Amino acid sequence: MQTRRVVLALGVTLALVGASPAIAQERSIVVASTTSTDNSGLFRHILPLFKAKTGIDVRVVALGTGQALDVGRRGDADVVLVHAKPLEEKFVADGNGVKRFPVMYNDFVLLGPKSDPARIAGTQDVLAAFRKIRAAEVLFISRADQSGTHFAELNLWKAADIDIAKDKGPWYREIGQGMGAALNMASASNGYLLADRGTWISFRSRGDLEIAVQGDPPLFNQYGVILVNPAKHPAVKKELGQAFIDWLVSPEGQKAIADYKINGQQLFFPNASAPGA
Amino acid sequence: MRAPVSELPINLEDVSVTAGAVTVLDRISLTIASGAPTALIGPNGSGKTTLLRLAMGLIEPTRGRVSWGGVEHTPPVRRALMFQRPVMLHRSTAGNLRYALAAAGVSRDARGTRCEELLALVGLSGLGERPARKLSGGEQQRLALARALAKGPAVLFLDEPTASLDPAATKAVEDVIGAVTALGIKVVIATHDLGQARRLAGEVVLLHRGRVAEIAPAEKFFSNPKTNEARRFVAGELLV
Amino acid sequence: MPENASALQLVLSGDPALYAIVRLSLFVSLSAAILAALIGVPFGALIALTRFRGREGVIVTLNALMGLPPVVVGLAVFLLLSRSGPLGSWGILFTPQAMIIAQTILIAPIIAALSRQTLEDLWLEYRDELAAMDVGPLGRIATLIWDARFSLVTTLLAGFGRAAAEVGAVIIVGGNIDGFTRTMTTAIALETSKGDLPLAIGLGMVLLTIVLIVNALAWGTRGLGQRFAG
Repeated sequence: MQTRRVVLALGVTLALVGASPAIAQERSIVVASTTSTDNSGLFRHILPLFKAKTGIDVRVVALGTGQALDVGRRGDADVVLVHAKPLEEKFVADGNGVKRFPVMYNDFVLLGPKSDPARIAGTQDVLAAFRKIRAAEVLFISRADQSGTHFAELNLWKAADIDIAKDKGPWYREIGQGMGAALNMASASNGYLLADRGTWISFRSRGDLEIAVQGDPPLFNQYGVILVNPAKHPAVKKELGQAFIDWLVSPEGQKAIADYKINGQQLFFPNASAPGA
Repeated sequence: MRAPVSELPINLEDVSVTAGAVTVLDRISLTIASGAPTALIGPNGSGKTTLLRLAMGLIEPTRGRVSWGGVEHTPPVRRALMFQRPVMLHRSTAGNLRYALAAAGVSRDARGTRCEELLALVGLSGLGERPARKLSGGEQQRLALARALAKGPAVLFLDEPTASLDPAATKAVEDVIGAVTALGIKVVIATHDLGQARRLAGEVVLLHRGRVAEIAPAEKFFSNPKTNEARRFVAGELLV
Repeated sequence: MPENASALQLVLSGDPALYAIVRLSLFVSLSAAILAALIGVPFGALIALTRFRGREGVIVTLNALMGLPPVVVGLAVFLLLSRSGPLGSWGILFTPQAMIIAQTILIAPIIAALSRQTLEDLWLEYRDELAAMDVGPLGRIATLIWDARFSLVTTLLAGFGRAAAEVGAVIIVGGNIDGFTRTMTTAIALETSKGDLPLAIGLGMVLLTIVLIVNALAWGTRGLGQRFAG
């Protein structure tokens, strides 16, 4: 009698374990994106709208940009949505993706302590601000994790004519972690940090951290979406994946993106039709 | 329950048991026939336990043959052995007994009644539900006896069954042995207690250093031991 | 601290998002514990009861595998289940099934090693008696497992506890997908990294409670065992 109950319980467990993928994988896709995008809460806003329209379940795996593209390269995602244009173009050129579509942009903000030891608060020129930080050798936190934000930061140093790989000193702290961890560290140790506006708006443990520089075009962060190449990975759900991309760049999807606000502020600015985006 | 032809007599023909360089039993020839209990006596290390296990069929001789009713290598279906330090299964007293009954092939329906009967035989009625490991030493020994009897054996081997018991417990166990013998079951008991051998044995086998020193009916052995070793052993000397 | 207060509120009010995460964690770790037991206990029994060349080496290896780092298991399973990997056709990367597989691999050695120890100790006790009762090999294994059931349940609880507490394996093979593969541990890691502490603390409270309950159950099982089986 007891044996029968045990066997029944085991059978039910195994059935549950085995059954779920059959149910779940029917109309679903895996999108590899970045942690900062996911942390902004954008997906929680737009994905239910997409599902209501098409019945497709979008599962977002949020990683660093480098890893997200690697997941796409391996065929473990159907779509990649990241914000590192050169890497995205290389992704397509290497045959890992079909075509890159611009979707939206958000912007970065340069954060710093209220005490502002580098004297950059209120500057409109972010490159000048970077030069001042380097000159003053004040604490600067770098994500150093191959993420889109990290690449944006490196590009800003380059644009400011600073060879950061050579010029860095103890003031330049490379932590190899995500946006949230970097914000925690900047807040705790009163350092400067380049962050995406979305994560900043949702970030609560601000301490003495505030926005030092914003709105300068070099701080804009362009997003692109790419279908993983079904020729390379036949298991890619190309129709469902393309449906997602089509929706993102459609007027409906673009409006959904624009409608997403935190504390009344719009985070993402749709620009699928912008030339050269 | 008469001892059926199949188990008895037990014949050991020129049997030796060696473990590595040590010779535990040295060319023993012995016949155990039905009837009154056979006592294996001798000092510690003389090979009594090994001889019992051999006669039970738990171990193979290094040389020589063991046969039961003329047949070698029979499975111990109607032979039972009670170890010197019996191990209680992690169950209740009755649970231990029911396990032994099931292992012996007794049907589920018959198990309950048989269990009660055996508990009564060894004087453990009423202790059925107690965890076996919580029984006293003497009670555990009697339970081990009951377990051995669960098989319905024709031959019962007992290895120093009362070595660690006080006199009262010893008497209880010896009473059961008497009852068992009265049922017609052949008992082979290894003991270093001369008094016990006197009380229980019909036939005595004296072992010394792996050899049979003397075999005789009990009365003759104790009143008129023939060999030197037997004489010295009965007189209470240490046989080295 | 205000975060603790709102964390407590989330837990006590039965916040659906929080409890969905708890349910998934329990589902994954319990399934893994059961599967690991189905693999580990018979394997441990086999090693305990047989003698073969290299047996010592197997036991040492098994004990060493108890210390498998979760992230390493996660990485290995990820590479196996990736579409670019040997088992890619299964298509179960980034699903709860992958998480169950990873955790099963992680805790099966623990259950096997501990079962082997328990069953071997019991076998040393029981060997002579079972031989005298002429119990066959299958009967011996069944008897050992049944008589050692309380210890084996404790072992299973230990395995479950290890699975429920780890984050390295499930985050890599599960992808920490919102509403799909996000467990207590991965959610705590995520929310903390966002600086969003109330949910993290709330989940931490639930996880601690579960760990305490599991340990209490293990303790109680041992007591039960001693009372009923002696």
